[in-house]
Amino acid sequence: MAEIELRGISKSFGTVPALRDINLTIADGQFFVLLGETGAGKTTTLRLIAGLDRPTEGRILIDGQDVTDWGAADRDTALVLQQYSLYPRYTVRQNLEFPLKSPMRRVPPDQIAERIARVSKTLRIGHLLDRKTDRLSGGEMQRVSIGRAIVRTPKVFLMDEPLSALDAKLRESLRAELKDLQMTLGETFLFVTHDQVEAMSMGDRIGVLNKGTLVQVGTPQEIYSNPVNTFVARAVGSPAMNLLPGRIEGGRAQLGPGLALDHAGGAEGRALIFGIRPEDVELATGAPLPATVTDVENHGVEKIVTLMAGPHRLRATVPVTVRVAAQDQVRIGWQPARVTLFDEATGRSLRRA
Amino acid sequence: MSPSSQAAGPALRSRGMSDLAIRNLFIIPTIVFLIVFNIFPLIYSLGYSFTDFRASTNEPARFVGLQNYRDLLSDPFIWRNFTITAKYVLVSVTGQVIVGFGIALLLNREIPFKGLLTTLLLLPMMLSMAVVGLFWKLLYDPSFGIINYALGLGTFEWLANPDVALYAIALVDIWMWSPFVMLLSLAGLSAVPKHLYEAAAIDRASGLYTFFRITLPLVAPILLIAIIFRTMEAFKTFDLAYILASQPTTEVISIRLYKMAFQEWQTGLSCAFAYIVLIMVLAITNIYVKYLNKVKER
Repeated sequence: MAEIELRGISKSFGTVPALRDINLTIADGQFFVLLGETGAGKTTTLRLIAGLDRPTEGRILIDGQDVTDWGAADRDTALVLQQYSLYPRYTVRQNLEFPLKSPMRRVPPDQIAERIARVSKTLRIGHLLDRKTDRLSGGEMQRVSIGRAIVRTPKVFLMDEPLSALDAKLRESLRAELKDLQMTLGETFLFVTHDQVEAMSMGDRIGVLNKGTLVQVGTPQEIYSNPVNTFVARAVGSPAMNLLPGRIEGGRAQLGPGLALDHAGGAEGRALIFGIRPEDVELATGAPLPATVTDVENHGVEKIVTLMAGPHRLRATVPVTVRVAAQDQVRIGWQPARVTLFDEATGRSLRRA
Repeated sequence: MSPSSQAAGPALRSRGMSDLAIRNLFIIPTIVFLIVFNIFPLIYSLGYSFTDFRASTNEPARFVGLQNYRDLLSDPFIWRNFTITAKYVLVSVTGQVIVGFGIALLLNREIPFKGLLTTLLLLPMMLSMAVVGLFWKLLYDPSFGIINYALGLGTFEWLANPDVALYAIALVDIWMWSPFVMLLSLAGLSAVPKHLYEAAAIDRASGLYTFFRITLPLVAPILLIAIIFRTMEAFKTFDLAYILASQPTTEVISIRLYKMAFQEWQTGLSCAFAYIVLIMVLAITNIYVKYLNKVKER
């Protein structure tokens, strides 16, 4: 159990900055997800916390203790990687034993056996124990790799896209398993992913990274309903938030010629971006904006409708019971309260500014 | 297929060579060469090994059956040659593996001028055996050699001392061929995925533990190949031993064989001797290969 704190962390590789002034506290027992695109600095952050790399600037604290200058072995973190990193030529049992048999730890043999039995039960890998690791499927390998992390009972679990090499079905079930596991263990998890669905469904809190900067930290709900800028708005939610350029004039949102709807208050006259979630776009006969349906995707419980309103393309999710087909002329609108306004120049949310 | 690529087929062939031409030009000469210079002498010498043929006289070869083999295997002097060779192989190969693998471990990291350093370290291997033998003879020289001077050993006899000479030769072999072991080890070491070391570091494995549990098992197959090569080579060492010393204690089997065949002109007997050596090398190699397969399976 541990609290992780990053204070003003920067990291450069040569002249290329990878992380810029990251300040972050991950509370004890929290499932924290770092979300970002490839190259955003997620893995770098993880490696810094694990102690595999040293930050260029800033301090790292685990449980209030400054561990910046400690080696990886001394920090007592566990790292699960996308490529599993199982030790080749060994059986599953030998892999699980590896950290316990290390002379630095000296766990008595009966305790090793007991811990392995417990872990293999939790992860349902008991039947694989005497198999060589190269005879395992991807899901099994990742389970073993997680198991190897758990047997040590580390302070912190670090996971670097552990699910992204697995197929969709397995990913979904392991996602739930991991979340369960974290709740059972009650340990601090730091999970890195580029998949916003993973982030939203697993995280107690999410940190969004963009090009080495921590853009927003919050609960999935906060991030979803109150994105700090257009980057976060685009990164989270599927389909993503509709972002429509326009301005507010005389209490009405002007999105283009003939495209106006009521929008009381604030930010008169300046260039804005209207952010509206697809599920907040309403299709109704009396609605203010005319639009043409260009595409309808049926997802079972809901339909995702792609619309053209003047020059704007936007998407709406509607219940399957709504009858709509491509080329239909419809009218759309939304509640002004559901709109997030962004400054067009900076992309920042006006609620935050 | 487009018309142009259809045309390209015959065109290429008329410009290049047909399979038949390649066969006539390259494969047939190779096979002829192999048969004339390798396979024929191999079989012919097997025939000689059952005779009392002497290449220095004009007398016809007389069939003696297994007499040559019987004589050789019951000759205590031959067994002494084998013991000397075994000692030499053991010392020289062990030394090469320790030094070569050690240097490889040192080089297997980010260091400045790594490429240049590696190339320089490979130099001994590229020299001619005879040249190496000659200049080490100078280095070992008791009165003006630099080794005695550097070590402050006075006029210590390296090559004239029957107890030391063999090890002095082995030392030269180690100097010359450690780079070979180093090169293969380096290839093996750089093939070990870096993330395994990172995982081990996080698992709080000590350096030694990581080395014996991860590095060594993964490098073992390629290291074993290096050992096979070096054992075979050391077993048939001739040049170094011949140039550096002429002690009875440095008479490895190939020197004995050389003397038997070209100084004593016992052609038939030496053919039998060569076959005994061949069978031994094959046997040793086979043991290694078996072990190699076992290591690879694990």
